[in-house]
Amino acid sequence: MNKINKDNFKQDAYKYGFVTEIEDEKIPKGLNEEVIKLISSKKNEPKWMLEWRLAAYERLKSMEVPKWARANIADIDFQDLYYYSSPKDFKEKPKSLEEVDPKLLETYEKLGIPLKEQEALAGVAVDAVFDSVSVATTFKEKLNEIGVIFSPISEAIQKHPDLVKKYIGSVIPVTDHFYATLNSAVFSDGSFVYIPKNVKCPMELSTYFRINASETGQFERTLIIADEGSYVSYLEGCTAPMRDENQLHAANVELVALDNAEIKYSTVQNWYPGDEEGKGGIYNFVTKRGLCKGKNSKISWTQIETGSAITWKYPSCILRGDNSTGEFYSVAITNNHQQADTGTKMIHLGKNTKSRIVSKGISAGKSSNTYRGLVNFHRKAENSKNFTQCDSLLVGSSCKANTIPLTENNSNTSSLEHEATTSKISDDQLFYCMQRGLDAEEAQSLIVNGFCKEVLQQLPMEFAVEAQKLVSISLEGSVG
Amino acid sequence: MKEALDNMLEIKNLDVSVEDKQIIKNLNLKIGPGEVHAIMGPNGSGKSTIAHTLAGKPNYLVEAGNVDFKNEDLIAKDPYERSLLGLFLAFQYPIELPGVTNASYLKQILNAHRKSRGENPIDAGEFLKILKEKSRNLNIPMEMHSRFVNAGFSGGEKKKNEVLQMDLLDPSLIIMDETDSGLDVDALKSTSEAVNKLRDGKRSFLIITHYLRLLEYIEPDHVHVFGDGSIIESGDKSLASRIDNEGYEVK
Repeated sequence: MNKINKDNFKQDAYKYGFVTEIEDEKIPKGLNEEVIKLISSKKNEPKWMLEWRLAAYERLKSMEVPKWARANIADIDFQDLYYYSSPKDFKEKPKSLEEVDPKLLETYEKLGIPLKEQEALAGVAVDAVFDSVSVATTFKEKLNEIGVIFSPISEAIQKHPDLVKKYIGSVIPVTDHFYATLNSAVFSDGSFVYIPKNVKCPMELSTYFRINASETGQFERTLIIADEGSYVSYLEGCTAPMRDENQLHAANVELVALDNAEIKYSTVQNWYPGDEEGKGGIYNFVTKRGLCKGKNSKISWTQIETGSAITWKYPSCILRGDNSTGEFYSVAITNNHQQADTGTKMIHLGKNTKSRIVSKGISAGKSSNTYRGLVNFHRKAENSKNFTQCDSLLVGSSCKANTIPLTENNSNTSSLEHEATTSKISDDQLFYCMQRGLDAEEAQSLIVNGFCKEVLQQLPMEFAVEAQKLVSISLEGSVG
Repeated sequence: MKEALDNMLEIKNLDVSVEDKQIIKNLNLKIGPGEVHAIMGPNGSGKSTIAHTLAGKPNYLVEAGNVDFKNEDLIAKDPYERSLLGLFLAFQYPIELPGVTNASYLKQILNAHRKSRGENPIDAGEFLKILKEKSRNLNIPMEMHSRFVNAGFSGGEKKKNEVLQMDLLDPSLIIMDETDSGLDVDALKSTSEAVNKLRDGKRSFLIITHYLRLLEYIEPDHVHVFGDGSIIESGDKSLASRIDNEGYEVK
């Protein structure tokens, strides 16, 4: 059973901290070949996939955990983790929602994600991932009619092996770095998206990740391929129960955009951040990378990072196709003892490539918030351009904000622009708003939302309002 | 349901210090419903301190005395509670709120007041109608409302935006802190006209100014001369003209 002492949590701001009382089935703790074989067999994977995993594990043995983040990370005992957990008797994914355990449906309902299609948000298809398995995917058939594949990756490995084989690991090599390699060896579920040529995906696709089991890591793997001339907007959300322990979420997300294709990828990350004293919370160590493979392609990352004890991620774009565009819009909020070291990499390889980075970091409490970014122009990336803007907002005087922008320009026809500001919410701004009738928290939320506006308005409309509320809630208790 | 008030505002024996320095010394002032009072004084005399103290600015420490506003203890209240109770301060230097569009800001502050009166948030269409009408009175182009609050506004635009907010929030007491500063003659005229429209015999005004010129447009019932932390002379509007001729020389 889970060892949860609910009385320890004074914080009521995190309303997703409940645990679903559902019997789970875990494979034995530890990281070894047997565990990887077990995961692979649970997923009914073909042999090539298992071999791919084992090759990653072989490689992992000689790799070391990276230490360079500007964060205090407790040592993780990788042998003391469960790598796979699913609801009991979950042999096969339910064919329809009627077969899904009501407790699971109720869980997502409580999280504000109704899975019944007739009740769902119009125009949004959802893949619901619970610990290591996808428990439901909505609007699948409807999307299928126009050739869009939206399914759990475990299902895609069986049904669309050629596509998966061709692209998995093509953007994040198996050997990339410790956590990416670890993910390649033990990944469980995540989403697979394929948009066929010249199809503009008619609805938002989204995946909702939920960690429920204790002492369990979640190793999401997501792969999105936009074929020539296609468009897709995808959004992921994440939450977890409140626990005293730190839990690991190490995801790999790969995006591939072919000629004239566009992928818009949005994240609203609200993993449990730990309590006010910094106890517990998710370690969110994620590798996200997009490849603008074709000419005129575009990949746009938008992230709203409000949760997690530690956020360590750099959603990046490799701009290989000529005239391709990469964008990164980020709001990272840290409160209490949260730590964030996040940013992006824009690698310009093709001619006339463009990138735009807008990062808004907000630190409150005793938190630490670092923007770290790299803009690289290859010598062949003629006439390429980058614009970077990094703004930090400090709430109170015990928090930290750092900006570490790196640039490498090997192309003498390319140009970079960089703007950076650090400011505090001024007492004058608060007083002005309060004089007009807003209480302290409303005033702060208004000012902070103004600060983030440029990023928030990148989100799909259906989620922008929720994100604004989340921004306010994340800073609750920091006024004063 | 408003009951009749003897006094809108009553300041009794008020001492205020800012950063350990006493600025207001034993101030007494009564403002009745519908009355327009002006406080004139030289620069640095502390007359703006009165405005900020009444609005509840942090660091403005009330050391002694008390203030009744609509028969309630004003000093015990938070700044937003004072606003909701009907006190409005028009700032000398309105504050910029980058990223917050003026329209959404105006709607939010209006809804805060509606909520405190137990009313529902205003319907978007109705809000637009009210905003258009009130903006027209002040010669404010609607385009200004899609800009960020006060950010990049000219001096005149900022002051007009303050008057628009007082019109929108329908306060009982309006305190104007050097509203004339930074206004050219045309802006001063249209701003004053809008303020005069708000004089309805019930609403009270406290106008803080250095010069006579604002009082030529908004005629006060009572004029007080402020010096050395307190009121040193009171009279009717002729006092303002005398000050304008003779200066603030303390007799």
